[in-house]
Amino acid sequence: MLEVKDLSMRFGGLLAVDQVSLNVQEHEILAIIGPNGAGKTTVFNCMSGFYKPTGGKILFEGREIQGKPDFKISRLGMVRTFQHVRLFSQMTVVENLLVAQHRHLNTNLISGLFKTPDYRHREQKSLDRAAYWLDRVGLTDMANREAGNLAYGQQRRLEIARCMVTEPKLLMLDEPAAGLNPAETKDLNQLIISLKEDYNVSVVLIEHDMSLVMGISDRINVISQGRPLASGTPDEIRQNDDVIKAYLGEA
Amino acid sequence: MAANNIKHALFSAIVTLIIAYPILGFNLVSEGSSMVLKGAETSTIIGVFFAALAVFLFQLFRDNMTGVLGKLPALNPLANRPPMAQKKRLKLESVLLTLMLVGALFWPFMASRGAVDLATLVLIYIMLALGLNVVVGLAGLLDLGYVAFYAVGAYSFALLSQYFGISFWLALPIGALMAALFGLVLGFPVLRLRGDYLAIVTLGFGEIIRILLNNMTNLTGGPNGIGGIPDPTLFGMEFGRRVKEEGNTSFHETFGIAYAGEHKVIFLYLIALVLAVITAIVIRRLMRMPVGRAWEALREDEIASRSLGLNRTAIKLSAFTIGAFFAGFAGTVFASKQGFISPESFVFLESAIILAIVVLGGMGSQMGVILAAIAVTILPELAREFSEYRMLIFGAAMVLMMVWRPQGLLPMRRIHIELKPQE
Repeated sequence: MLEVKDLSMRFGGLLAVDQVSLNVQEHEILAIIGPNGAGKTTVFNCMSGFYKPTGGKILFEGREIQGKPDFKISRLGMVRTFQHVRLFSQMTVVENLLVAQHRHLNTNLISGLFKTPDYRHREQKSLDRAAYWLDRVGLTDMANREAGNLAYGQQRRLEIARCMVTEPKLLMLDEPAAGLNPAETKDLNQLIISLKEDYNVSVVLIEHDMSLVMGISDRINVISQGRPLASGTPDEIRQNDDVIKAYLGEA
Repeated sequence: MAANNIKHALFSAIVTLIIAYPILGFNLVSEGSSMVLKGAETSTIIGVFFAALAVFLFQLFRDNMTGVLGKLPALNPLANRPPMAQKKRLKLESVLLTLMLVGALFWPFMASRGAVDLATLVLIYIMLALGLNVVVGLAGLLDLGYVAFYAVGAYSFALLSQYFGISFWLALPIGALMAALFGLVLGFPVLRLRGDYLAIVTLGFGEIIRILLNNMTNLTGGPNGIGGIPDPTLFGMEFGRRVKEEGNTSFHETFGIAYAGEHKVIFLYLIALVLAVITAIVIRRLMRMPVGRAWEALREDEIASRSLGLNRTAIKLSAFTIGAFFAGFAGTVFASKQGFISPESFVFLESAIILAIVVLGGMGSQMGVILAAIAVTILPELAREFSEYRMLIFGAAMVLMMVWRPQGLLPMRRIHIELKPQE
């Protein structure tokens, strides 16, 4: 469903991403790994429209999306999280989920001012959806707390829930396990698999936690110094000499 | 440490002397046809030296004094109390608001004409401040040219009435919509900018509008302004002694009461009151609607908002336009109240005062902004007796305020949407 062809991103004299290609099938978890500074997040930023790539094509469901504004890409059904948690920390947990459903709501000012039935209906529906996802990630008790007061692991889960209420087709997770303890990572593991199995969402994830990557990905793409290094199933990657070299250095 | 303090204090005192002595110590006196420089009276010069001494002492003991100042917030008994529950707070707020509203309704029938006139001005400032509160407090866009939209509203009414004889009631929505249109047109290119840059561009826009009004002499009358702006009518009843327009009747004749100038003032006050209440209610609802949440979200984290499919430009533009709309409302009422407007009324100082109201009241907080609007408009009037020191008192009050309650009179407390437990 997502195809990235020869993506390049140049910042002045620095070629951060050089001819990277990937493709994501439906119902698949694809991991992007690579040493620090390899350009993984830059690829993400290009895919989600935060950067305008300097070369190459990105096709989502057959449509070219490179260079489109970020909010349009997100409305097509590609939603991402960030390396550092980016919640609306002064808003409550449930409000975070409502904001995410902005485009599903009746945003007509007049109908909002007069509380038309359609407006109420959609407002209620979005509240229900928020409640469902809060239950799903185990944050129902926290619903009316300010998001900034949650524990770190909870904030991570809330961020994923916030993406899910937008009903995406493709979820892009940028280091979702960073800063989580082993137990939390295990929960996250199950959550991601369930997103794929139960909600039919494809997932692209950047991650350094190898146990997570090897455990859940269907395929793995390795990037090193902005260039594609290898791609294949977890087993293939584990035995790939180039990858071992890139990670461990040459012996 | 101590030596350093003395050095610093001496330096400050000398600077005070250098600045104050030439300004206050000499006077230009005209003797016949020529001007002569004369030394000021001894008392003034002694005063200057005392001021320098005061600065010296203050700088010397500054650490001790700021220590005392730092305890000021602790003197405020409300500073550290636990926050009220949302339900209780909303209840208290609505009771207070109702009381204020009832008071405001009966006020004009008890107060003097001048007081009612002042109250109308207060209401106009409340409208302006509530409108700016949307832009600055809720959407977090620093707008220093807000007065431009106020001017657009006022001039729309003035020009329409002058050239097409349009009445107040028709001009009210037109003025507001014109201001909103200007907000939209200006906002479109400008809202890509952030923070300081946005502030500067809006500041420039405010000045452009004023200068334009000043220079388009054949249309706006330039610095001479536009006079003869009609008063509002009540169902075709005029409030003047004599009926100006054919087909209208006059208020006092219809009801068979003696003519009184106060009727008009009270009527205008009531119109302003109704409009201010409408403004407050509409904005209060907006805050709880998806748009309001989007403003909030965009202010808190723009990148996250964009990644969730929020159209940044459209949302910021909506805040800007809605803010401008209410400024247009206020402008129309202002034009009608004054009967005469000129570019003089729309200088940058006005923008600054409205912004000061929003900041003093507590950004985003409606209750706070209303209280601050009342305080800021009435305070200079009360201090009129010390007319020379009015701005000084105003400034001192602001500084005290910032020390005492830096977050504003009543800092914003968001009305959270609560998720009710489901059965």
